[in-house]
Amino acid sequence: MKVLVAVKRVVDYNVKVRAKADGSNVDLNNVKMAINPFCEIAVEEAVRLKEAGTATEVIAVSVGDKSCQEQIRTALALGADRGIQVETDGPVEPLVVAKLLKGVVDKEQPQLVILGKQSIDGDNNQTGQMLGALANMPQGTFASEIAVDGDKLNVTREVDGGLQTVSLNLPAIVTTDLRLNEPRYASLPNIMKAKKKQLDVYTPQDLGVSVTTHLTQIKVEPPAERKAGIKVADVEQLVDKLKNEAKVI
Amino acid sequence: MSTLVIAEHDNSSLKVATLNAVAAAQAMGADIDILVAGANCGGAAEQAAKIPGVGKVLVADNAVYEHQLAENVSLLIADVGAAYDNIVAPATSNCKNSMPRVAALLDVAQISEITSVESADTFKRPIYAGNVIATVQSSDAKKVITVRTTAFDAAPAEGGSATVEAVSAVHDAGISSFVGEEVAVSDRPELTSAKIVISGGRGMQNGENFKLLDGIADKLGAAIGASRAAVDAGFVPNDMQVGQTGKIVAPDLYIAVGISGAIQHLAGMKDSKVIVAINKDEDAPIFQVADYGLVADLFNALPELEAKL
Repeated sequence: MKVLVAVKRVVDYNVKVRAKADGSNVDLNNVKMAINPFCEIAVEEAVRLKEAGTATEVIAVSVGDKSCQEQIRTALALGADRGIQVETDGPVEPLVVAKLLKGVVDKEQPQLVILGKQSIDGDNNQTGQMLGALANMPQGTFASEIAVDGDKLNVTREVDGGLQTVSLNLPAIVTTDLRLNEPRYASLPNIMKAKKKQLDVYTPQDLGVSVTTHLTQIKVEPPAERKAGIKVADVEQLVDKLKNEAKVI
Repeated sequence: MSTLVIAEHDNSSLKVATLNAVAAAQAMGADIDILVAGANCGGAAEQAAKIPGVGKVLVADNAVYEHQLAENVSLLIADVGAAYDNIVAPATSNCKNSMPRVAALLDVAQISEITSVESADTFKRPIYAGNVIATVQSSDAKKVITVRTTAFDAAPAEGGSATVEAVSAVHDAGISSFVGEEVAVSDRPELTSAKIVISGGRGMQNGENFKLLDGIADKLGAAIGASRAAVDAGFVPNDMQVGQTGKIVAPDLYIAVGISGAIQHLAGMKDSKVIVAINKDEDAPIFQVADYGLVADLFNALPELEAKL
């Protein structure tokens, strides 16, 4: 089966992002960018399905300006067969991303679409579910295990109380949680090979989608600072402080 | 203006998260109805009707909603919600699963995990693992919102007498089914609603050592959590994870044991009222957010702490 995997270009997870002093936006000057960690897990899962003989082709898709081709190439180096960039002027809202991905789904007709459960910049956790609704596909979100079973897909999901398993008709959507797999590192030969793999570019118009804005970011600010605490000398002093100063026990 | 609040429940009873969502809905200043979707969920509906300030409790009681399958529930919420200006749900795993589908069905944006209501169309929400707080304004006529439950004090649970109305619409997408679940059974309070939480990290070294937290948790009536490092290492199951991608908690007292304090962990607990850190590395970042820091070997400190409580 054909597998479509979505990847997003985000600030590297090691970078501590700060609001600009004027509150206009976050400061992303000279910041290291990378593939969103959850998307990396999505790519890895798709590649494993191919290695297991379940998937016949893995297509990596990203929505963004030209710079996101770097993350598509990363996915290709990890084992995806070809790439698609949907060209937009910078970031767009999850609903628009979902509509654009729906356009790609209509063109490519994949049996399975794997996405990260959320991106570590916007922390929205929306795109996969929205795509599910638009394409009328079932979804296994926050997946920690997936298994193809004939024309169904069993997905074990990380939920509030523990784990839940659902059975989905294919084609289906999966969004990844952290424990689905541990992504591999791309080897140098594979990075070189990835440069020659096919990468098609579509515009939103090609996919019949108009890029709309529903939300305006008015300002950004740092979170409320916690005031500096103290070091206690021993357990006895700790218990005393909790009882008599903080009065929480 | 009218707001539909989506109830989080286990069919027999309402979860506290619903009361946090009601509090956020009250801050928006609209009339509030509650939707309880489930199977044999009369118990949850009865409790919802007691929340003061609620006009109507709409109950969709059908087997297709029993396990909160997003494919079915989202169709129901979009249908019932069509008559409302706002649809508000707590950011629980069920609602995080279904609400974006609702938003897409209604062709509006979702505003995820709001932490404050600035006005009827403007909200604050954390981005970048809580390192930045964004103020966003929605231009949609209908707003689909999930609520960071720790940011809103629970609305009162008793004192109201809303009318209870059955919703007869049955939405079965027929594309997914429930297979099974493994739910952790514990006598301890739930992590997200506990007044005290004690969490272990990689410093615990193995799952067996988490037992050192048990006695303290018993004495304090605390829930036990863990850092992502401890979960990834297989010490404890995933539902104990506190952090950006795990549970968000804000108890009166949070005790972090053997946790270094990665950004992703801090995102899940730094709104706790009092934070205690026990770590043998005095340079661990967790001490920067701790009200009380104890530089000590946890294997000595924990038995001593248990004895002194």
